[in-house]
Amino acid sequence: MTLAATAAGQGFLSPTGVEVAFVLVGIATLGAAVITVTTRQLVHAALWLVVALGGIAVEYLLLTAEFIAWVQVLIYVGSVVVLLLFGLMLTKAPIGRSPDADSGNRWAALAVALASAAALVWVVVDAFRATWISFEGAAQGSTEASGRSLFQYWVLPFEALSVLLLAALVGAIVLSRRTGEGRAAAADLKTGAFRAPAPREEQR
Amino acid sequence: MHLVYPAVLAVLLFCTGLYGVLARRNAILVLMSVELMLNAVNLNLVAFDVWLRDTLHTGQALTLFTIAIAAAEIGIGLAIVLLVYRNRGSSDIDRLRDLAEQAGAGDGDPQPDTTAEAAA
Repeated sequence: MTLAATAAGQGFLSPTGVEVAFVLVGIATLGAAVITVTTRQLVHAALWLVVALGGIAVEYLLLTAEFIAWVQVLIYVGSVVVLLLFGLMLTKAPIGRSPDADSGNRWAALAVALASAAALVWVVVDAFRATWISFEGAAQGSTEASGRSLFQYWVLPFEALSVLLLAALVGAIVLSRRTGEGRAAAADLKTGAFRAPAPREEQR
Repeated sequence: MHLVYPAVLAVLLFCTGLYGVLARRNAILVLMSVELMLNAVNLNLVAFDVWLRDTLHTGQALTLFTIAIAAAEIGIGLAIVLLVYRNRGSSDIDRLRDLAEQAGAGDGDPQPDTTAEAAA
């Protein structure tokens, strides 16, 4: 199908309602992502990440991938952000503005990001200028379709992934378990003496 | 819907995450930026799956697997960050320089931030 015929069929400059909604939610998502990586308040970064990830979930809904959208809400907004907030609290992140949130090479990072964004946007727009997604027919990502294909064709990767999750869980527990010196610190806590987290070299 | 909209949104989100990974100093903020990059890839996968109308639903299955792997990654990553914080009292990436290459005694270190970035 040529470009002209497709464009005539789709209406190049008359966006549909789905497109308008997609672009608006996309702008909100992108703004939240930019605030996430630029804000100087660490907890606010995690909370803006919730907005960005929720916006991506709405984009999945607009792309008719409803199962992925709810998985996104459950796993990312529900657990990953909570884990990140716990991490911020456990590393005693300062409440309020922390002036050293960005490292000194911020401008080099900005240059790299802008250059890659320009290159990728140019390539992507050039490649997919004439392609349209059609939402006709049955929804592509309904829970029934996703589950059917997942347990018909993707059973082996699915099971391998559950083993990987188990391994990651065990690894995280082993990594965060207190051993050796940690027991001494726990004993200090029990006797009421408080010891600041010292480097390991000093504790040996 | 035009395929360019989700593709360009994914590109911009990915580059935002790239900036965060390169510019942030706190290890947990770097992990957040990595999550943004993973989500950009997921958006691409879903958009292309819907565009190609794949009968195997390859893109959506791969998106589910990526989300699960990202959850595993954030668990392991946070455990490592907590371990580093417990041992050193700080989770600044710039100060984790044990594996950095020392450029001679008199040479000094002209750009501490970039070398720390490479080591991280």
